[in-house]
Amino acid sequence: MKTAVSTLELRRAHSLDDALAIMRSEHRMPIAGATDLYVALNFGTLKARRFLDIWPLDELRTIAVVNDRLVLGALVTYTSMIASAEVRTRLPMLIEAARQVGGPQIQNRGTVGGNIANGSPAGDSLPVLAAADAVVLLRSVDGERRVPFTAFYTGYRTTVMQADELIVAVEIPRVVGAQWFRKVGTRAAQAISKVVVAAVRSPSPRIAVGSVAPTVVRLAATERALAGGTSLDDALAALRGEIHPIDDLRSTAEYRLRVTENLVRRFWSETS
Amino acid sequence: MRFTLNGAPGDVDAHPMKRLLDVLREECGLTGTKEGCGEGECGACTVLIDGVPVCSCLVPFAQAENTAVVTIEGLGEGHPLQRCFMDEVGAQCGICTPGMIMAAYVLEPSASLEEIRVGLAGNLCRCTGYSAIYRAVQAAQGNA
Repeated sequence: MKTAVSTLELRRAHSLDDALAIMRSEHRMPIAGATDLYVALNFGTLKARRFLDIWPLDELRTIAVVNDRLVLGALVTYTSMIASAEVRTRLPMLIEAARQVGGPQIQNRGTVGGNIANGSPAGDSLPVLAAADAVVLLRSVDGERRVPFTAFYTGYRTTVMQADELIVAVEIPRVVGAQWFRKVGTRAAQAISKVVVAAVRSPSPRIAVGSVAPTVVRLAATERALAGGTSLDDALAALRGEIHPIDDLRSTAEYRLRVTENLVRRFWSETS
Repeated sequence: MRFTLNGAPGDVDAHPMKRLLDVLREECGLTGTKEGCGEGECGACTVLIDGVPVCSCLVPFAQAENTAVVTIEGLGEGHPLQRCFMDEVGAQCGICTPGMIMAAYVLEPSASLEEIRVGLAGNLCRCTGYSAIYRAVQAAQGNA
C-alpha cells in the first residue's frame, strides 16, 4: 500500500447521533465498507487522512417500505439488496446492478450510501437511482434534508453535501413501468463499467447512463423524444447531441457512444 | 484490540487503519492469506468475518474488533476442500488457492455449478482456467 498507515487516523462512531456530533466538530471522511477507500489508499491518491468509521451504525442497515416508498439505509450492502424481497418486488433493476458489482466479497461490504458518496461516474447502482427518481436523505445535527438524486452531484465526484452531513438513506418512489438494466464491462464479474444503463419504460420513459460523463446522467432529450412518439432513430440523434463521453483507460469515446446507442435501442425493443 | 481468530480469542495491538490482511500476516504470523492485487479485484486475500467472505486488503483492522475472523489456517490441514484442491489439481502456483477455498467454504453443499461459479466470481486464477477449481469444489461437496 503506497499510503503510510501511520499518517492515517480513525475514529469510530457508535450511534448516528455520535457520528453527526463528530462530523460537526471535526472534519473527517466517513467510511463504511471501505471497498473504494482502500483502492485509493493503495494507489496513494487519497488526500484525506482523518476518517470516521460509521460501519457500526446498525440503525442505517434497514430496508423498509414507508408510504409506498422503498427506503434503503445508507449501510445496506449489495448482498442485503439481493436478498431483500422488498427490493426484488419494487426495484428489480437494483438487484441486477447489485449482482454485477465486483464479486461476492465486494457485494458483502459495499453499501448503497458508499456508492452514492464515492460518486464515481461508473458506480453501478447510480443509474438505477437516477432512473428511479430516488431521493437522498442527508442528516446533520441540525436535521434532515432531502435531495433529489438527479440534483445530488455538482460535477466529477462533487456533491451538494456539506462537510458535516451524512447520507443516512435513499428513498425510491414506486416505479411504474418495466425496469431494464445493463452493464457493459470487460468481463462479467470484477469489471468497472465501460457503459452502464438503467431505464424505465413508461409513457414518460426514464433513461440513466453511467461512465459517459463526469457524473451519472439522465438522457433528458432522448427521454423527451421517446415520450413524444418520435422514431427511435430520431431519439438516438437526440442522444448523440446530449452525451459526450471521453477516452480513458477503460474505453474510448466512440465505443461508449455507440454502445450507449445500442443499449437504448435494446432497452426500447426488449420492453416494447 | 480483541477479536476471535480461527476460534481462539485474540488480542492484537495494531494501527486501526492497518489492513486486516497485514495484521493477519505480520502481527498474527498467519501467512496463508495472500496479497494479490491489493485493491479488491482478485480475492486472494479472502477471509471470513463473522462467516462472511471479504477481501482482507480492504478492511481496516478496527472493523475486525469483536468479530470472528477465520483464515485458511482455521480450516486445519485436512479439510475436504484442501484435499480436493490437491486431488483435482485445483492449485498450480497457489497464490489464489487460500482465497478460493475460503470463498468456496461458505457455499451451500448443494450449490450447483452455476452457483459455484457465481460464488467464486470474486476470485481470480491465472493458472488453472477454473475448470479444475470447480471440479475440486464439486468433489469436496461429495466428501464434506
